[in-house]
Amino acid sequence: MNSQQRQWSAGRLIAWLVLLCMITVTLMPLWVVLKTGLMHASDVYSGASELMPPNPTLLNFKKVLGLVSTEEALSLGGSGAQINFLRALGNSVLFTGTIVLLQITFAAMASYAFARLRFPGQKLVFGLFVGSMMVPGVVTFIPNFILIKDLGWLNSMAGMVAPFCLMQGFSVFFLRQFFLSLPRDLEEAALLEGASHLQIFWRIVLPLSVTPLATIATLTGINMWNEFFWPYLVAKDEMQQVLPVALQSFKSQTPQGQPDWTGLMAATAITVLPTILLLLAFGRRVVESVQFSGGK
Amino acid sequence: MQATSVSSAPADPVFHKPAHALSPRRRAETLTGWALLLPAFIGFLVFYATPTLRAVEISFTDWNLLRAPHFVGWDNYARLLEDGKFWNGMKLSAYYVLLNIPAQTLLGLFLAVAMDRLTRSLFVKAVVLLPYLLSNVLVAMIWLWMLDPLLGMVNHYFAAVGLARQPFFGGVDQALFTVAGVNIWRHMGLVAMLFLAGLQNIPRHLYEAAALEGATEWQMFRRVTLPLLRPVMVFVLVTSVTGSFQIFDTIAVTTNGGPLDSTRVIVHYIVQNAFSFYKMGYASAMSMVLCLVMLAYTVLQMRLMRASENDLA
Repeated sequence: MNSQQRQWSAGRLIAWLVLLCMITVTLMPLWVVLKTGLMHASDVYSGASELMPPNPTLLNFKKVLGLVSTEEALSLGGSGAQINFLRALGNSVLFTGTIVLLQITFAAMASYAFARLRFPGQKLVFGLFVGSMMVPGVVTFIPNFILIKDLGWLNSMAGMVAPFCLMQGFSVFFLRQFFLSLPRDLEEAALLEGASHLQIFWRIVLPLSVTPLATIATLTGINMWNEFFWPYLVAKDEMQQVLPVALQSFKSQTPQGQPDWTGLMAATAITVLPTILLLLAFGRRVVESVQFSGGK
Repeated sequence: MQATSVSSAPADPVFHKPAHALSPRRRAETLTGWALLLPAFIGFLVFYATPTLRAVEISFTDWNLLRAPHFVGWDNYARLLEDGKFWNGMKLSAYYVLLNIPAQTLLGLFLAVAMDRLTRSLFVKAVVLLPYLLSNVLVAMIWLWMLDPLLGMVNHYFAAVGLARQPFFGGVDQALFTVAGVNIWRHMGLVAMLFLAGLQNIPRHLYEAAALEGATEWQMFRRVTLPLLRPVMVFVLVTSVTGSFQIFDTIAVTTNGGPLDSTRVIVHYIVQNAFSFYKMGYASAMSMVLCLVMLAYTVLQMRLMRASENDLA
């Protein structure tokens, strides 16, 4: 018993060490990004292996946010490239927010119809929705791109959100599973009292579904916040860029040779910030939502 | 909430009276059903069904966006069979899956078991999940810098301990490895969170019983944890394998297919054909083949899953 106890502790110690190692591996690159963003461009080589910025400065952040003139930035050794950060942030918020709001609303409506009503065509349509999850994005992007182009929606918010905002198979599938698990008693009582399906949906089912709605909204929100491929195809225009596209174009603005690393890392650090704030504010919600996505 | 629903219910009793008769009630239900379905159904028609059919149609043409498309029969498909770059792309994507998935799944599993035993801390969970919450583009920027041949911190430490500097993203035989490593870094926390959710569904008394009978940690893991984790495992594998086969973002930002096509995975090759060479027909034909491969894999994996469920029952 005693030896087993000791083995246990040794095992636990090793497990803790490895866990701490992995946490370090996760956090270290983010610290290096911030550190580099705080460094002078002239120090990048000599300071590469330092853990602290040699002569810390906020200059790169100011430059990236356009608070320093281009000439001044160039004279400081940067490329003068800027990121219209606030604009891109606003675009990202609008892009993500619009999609989450519309997609979840329409998914909830469809899921309720699938879970609680009986009507011809229902099974077929549900099967098609689920099947749509299997089609790789690389199949549909060419025709969708042509469609958005023909509609004259290139470089517009409408073109960016259109393919995502009406239907996403997973959201419908996920909410239908939840609605099916709700007890029917309350709804049947309401039906007997003459309530319509729409009233039941609005007054009974939705208020009972706040948690799963928040879960699917969180998941959709994370995915859309990080979406790169589609916005990159249809909205490269600087005024319409979302954050991932803006960051990519900031990188490719740099002339041949070495990129402006201190500026790029300042831009990267600023772009990481919203995610960290999200975790600080809603950490538990985010973790549980992500865990839930694998549950069913 | 209660009060409003009561007060509004009698407001339109006339409308609901016919609901007692079966047929009109059915009709009303059909109408309501389709009304609720409408926005999602339009989305499905316009952005999934039609484009999928359009893609099939385009794959039989020589469309290049400049002149009207001509029907060319199976030409595109015949050409891709002989296109070394197409097969190279498929091979690289498959190779990438092999580099990425086993390591990512094992590391995720290890992290999950360690966290399950050691800590409930939300802080630890949030840190572990953080890389997954960052976009592929951000993660690519971070590692482009960390792994820069000249200035990157990793190479500085390599040099400091006497190792040769490595080109990483710039090395023909290293680039795909590096991309895989970066994505392992981004995804292992996600995999760990999914496994952790599965682990916490395993009843504790199973472990207590096993411990009473003198089972070692390893035996408990083999005999209790792994078999009960199988459903989560299947979910993780299906989604991560199909996702990983379609790797694009990280490559677009870091290597853009290079050096010397060493990271020209299939999706990158398809996008290159569509938007750099404007070969819409050829790109669509390749995407069809990719789609079929993914479907075949999913069906196969589902079959395997069903078999394993029978084993457990």
